[in-house]
Amino acid sequence: MKKWQCIVCGFEYDEAEGMPDEGIEPGTKWEDIPDDWTCPDCGAPKDDFEMMEVD
Amino acid sequence: MDPIIIIGTGLAGYSVAREFRKHDTETPVILITRDDGASYYKPDISEAHAKDKTPADLVQKTAEEMAEMLDATVRTHEQVEAIDREAHQVKLASDTLTYSKLVLAWGADPIVLNLAGDATDRIHKVNNLMDYRVFRDHLAAGSHVAILGAGLIGCEFANDLIQHGYKVSVADPAGWPLAQLVPEAAGDAVKTALAHAGVDWHLGHAATGVHHGGDDRYHVYLDDESHIDADVVLSAVGLKAGTELAEAAGLDVDRGIVVDRTLVTSDPDIYALGDCAEVAGHWRPYVGPLMQCARTLGKTLAAGADAEPGQVKYPTLPIIIKTHVCPVIVYPPVDKHGEWQIERDGTAVEGRFVDGDGQLRGFVLTDEATNKRRDYIKEAPALLD
Repeated sequence: MKKWQCIVCGFEYDEAEGMPDEGIEPGTKWEDIPDDWTCPDCGAPKDDFEMMEVD
Repeated sequence: MDPIIIIGTGLAGYSVAREFRKHDTETPVILITRDDGASYYKPDISEAHAKDKTPADLVQKTAEEMAEMLDATVRTHEQVEAIDREAHQVKLASDTLTYSKLVLAWGADPIVLNLAGDATDRIHKVNNLMDYRVFRDHLAAGSHVAILGAGLIGCEFANDLIQHGYKVSVADPAGWPLAQLVPEAAGDAVKTALAHAGVDWHLGHAATGVHHGGDDRYHVYLDDESHIDADVVLSAVGLKAGTELAEAAGLDVDRGIVVDRTLVTSDPDIYALGDCAEVAGHWRPYVGPLMQCARTLGKTLAAGADAEPGQVKYPTLPIIIKTHVCPVIVYPPVDKHGEWQIERDGTAVEGRFVDGDGQLRGFVLTDEATNKRRDYIKEAPALLD
């Protein structure tokens, strides 16, 4: 399980936690989040994300 | 308890409301906007054609949907006339609202060039979705668009229009595109790639006037007496933080409304964030800094008077310029003491800005060199640690 941070907006995604409020189950890999998903924080579409792995 | 009032429903206003609601579901929140309050992701506007979206498609939620989601009141089509700090009141045309805390999130306004000619009232500007609806209504298939300004927005529009069947000319007094953000080599890469795609550049030349040219066309005159013959004229010469209302209320303003790292203005009950705010001396009208501020301020507003307010951090958040024919990632150096070290291979430019000690302080990457962004982001220092 990895943790990611978007370099555009600072949004963090932890694969272990998922985003249950957004319908993303715990354990969902970033790459498996649907393409039509948008950021719950800033509204950015998935293809605008620039995810970097964080430790 | 009097509500928290947020002026502005752009990315800043809605984001701080959303962050606040993560920590406080009780305190009433009122948002005020002069437009229809639709929520949209503003960076999408300048690549709407590439995403095959009309202005209507860009709306993510209506004002009513946002009000429900945020459990807040959204007052649309309301112009704030004044802020009375002593009475803790916001004056609207037909109403007066009392706040416990006030958040200024009304953004920035496009800079308007002082131009001659009888058609200056036909110049478009695009700084919100309403402006964009009007601009799109005036575009016809194959329209020739003259863009004034080769900055981030001018270049993104040039890219989006030239790749979708329009003719595009761009004029700017600077010698290369993105001149305020990137060194010449990187600007030249963007210029070369967009020229190859068909953009007609007029660099080194300021626009002097916009005149009617007959048949619904316009002549944009430049300072060398030449002119561009266009169907639509778009001005994209930059933004200026909205400071007038704040200044009239006696708040400190400089390039933006002056706030410290807790986002508080010179009045302890008034905060500011987003494109209208200058945070600890930095005016950064970009999504990344804005979202960091929204997260920090949302917590502070929920924490109450006795809690120590959080300090906003700006990690290394580079600016991404979505010129698809030659994408650019830039992290402009804050301190200009240093020099650019440039490596260039065609339109791939890798620029390191290093100080006297050899430390990386800023960088620019274009085209294929953007693949190296992760290494650069790790190496470059945060703006506000």
